[in-house]
Amino acid sequence: MIPLSSGPVPATADAVIIGGGINGLTTARELAREGMNDIVILEKDYIGSGSTGRCGGGIRQQWTTEENIRLAQESVAMYENMSAELGYQVFFRQGGYLMITENEGDLPALRDAVALQNRCDVPTEFLQPEECLKLVPDLDVSNLKGATFCPKDGTAYPFAVVWGYARACHRAGVKIFIRSRVSGITADEGRIRTVHTDRGDIATERVINCAGPWARSMAAMVDVQLPNKQERHEIMVSESLKPFLDPMVISITNGIYFSQSLRGEIVGGIGDPSEPGLEGPAHFDTRSQLRFAVRFAKALLRYYPRAGQIKMMRQWAGMYDVTPDHRPILGGVPGLDGYFHICGFSGHGFMLGPVTGRRMARYITTGRPDDIITSLSLDRFEKGDLKPDAFVVG
Amino acid sequence: MSKPKVFLCRCEDVTLQEFQDAYVEGFTELESLKRYTGVGTGFCQGKSCLSEAAELLATLRDIPPAEVRLTNIRPPAEPLTFAQLAALDVPDPAGDSGSDS
Repeated sequence: MIPLSSGPVPATADAVIIGGGINGLTTARELAREGMNDIVILEKDYIGSGSTGRCGGGIRQQWTTEENIRLAQESVAMYENMSAELGYQVFFRQGGYLMITENEGDLPALRDAVALQNRCDVPTEFLQPEECLKLVPDLDVSNLKGATFCPKDGTAYPFAVVWGYARACHRAGVKIFIRSRVSGITADEGRIRTVHTDRGDIATERVINCAGPWARSMAAMVDVQLPNKQERHEIMVSESLKPFLDPMVISITNGIYFSQSLRGEIVGGIGDPSEPGLEGPAHFDTRSQLRFAVRFAKALLRYYPRAGQIKMMRQWAGMYDVTPDHRPILGGVPGLDGYFHICGFSGHGFMLGPVTGRRMARYITTGRPDDIITSLSLDRFEKGDLKPDAFVVG
Repeated sequence: MSKPKVFLCRCEDVTLQEFQDAYVEGFTELESLKRYTGVGTGFCQGKSCLSEAAELLATLRDIPPAEVRLTNIRPPAEPLTFAQLAALDVPDPAGDSGSDS
């Protein structure tokens, strides 16, 4: 049971969370676990309607920076236990991620990444092209130069995660308001005071910006300038087939990713370098394009020719919230007490959301510094202290 | 005696009862009912069930059917094979904006 309210909002709250996606829901639930009361989530449409519900559901630990590896590792540990912990089936399946390349020049970076991941206890291995056939027998490896595989990576069903967390939020007393828009945020004397919505005003000392692609415009309401730009990314599902594809296959050469869901559908997308970085919702266009379907089909058949007779059922688009180093922005802002953001995941919010929500909830309730939050704070862009990860795909 | 099963979505075997149960659980618009029950996500992509689902939701919410927001229509209109799609030339960016979000 998820009583999603669309009536008037309460007059006061201990924390107002903007956004009912993976970040808002996990953060609310963790704040409640840390003992906070009177938590309100404001979602402008239905829960999961933004980027979370449009994503591919992939969760991987194959990164090239230690911080990303550690975060993803913590997240995988949470996903492994999530269905039991929430009492709700989230369809997490560890079929592994097979990262492939067609470029000889990528191999040293792949080998370095494997070594770093192994040092962090992530069981990734380097594979020669023919070795990939043990994992995906019908893969066309003729153009491949090498691959890496981590059997502990996987996928979950994004909406099931949203519903499971929403139920857990409800049990913990969190109030979730759907079809509720934030129209303004008031701060004075360096403190958050009020969140204004189309269902009334909420007096609060804390606002947590989990609005994904809309985070930039929410932050602007309190004069916080985020460098985030938003990019349209498209994705599709095929008809359902018997299980035949264990891992998520992802190409660092052309940016395609595809996996098979537990419903049997092929779920996949491909990045498009021609998509511009947009600044704010006024520019969003999530209509589907034939261009995506054709590019995806060509890339899919390049690696998986047997998929030619599989039918594509539907395609859709969503927005990535992209930062200059493709890493999230966490923490608060000096001089504005009670404002926090959890945004800028650059296409990886679903895989990292559970752990960033947990760490941010502890940070917000205890004020204790957290090394990951510190290194992912907004001021890194001013300081020029950027450590971009090389494995940004899709 | 069990209630006879009435199927609302024949592609995905979603019964009337399951749809009504989902509404009671808190899924009160067609977009989230579609995702929660699977209604309209099968081979016909909602062509044979979505209007029934909309009418049923109007009854449950006690609002005129015209006030029910329908789900976004997503391409392709008919399922196409990846071979058919891959045989096409790649259109220019934003050269077509086929359908709703």
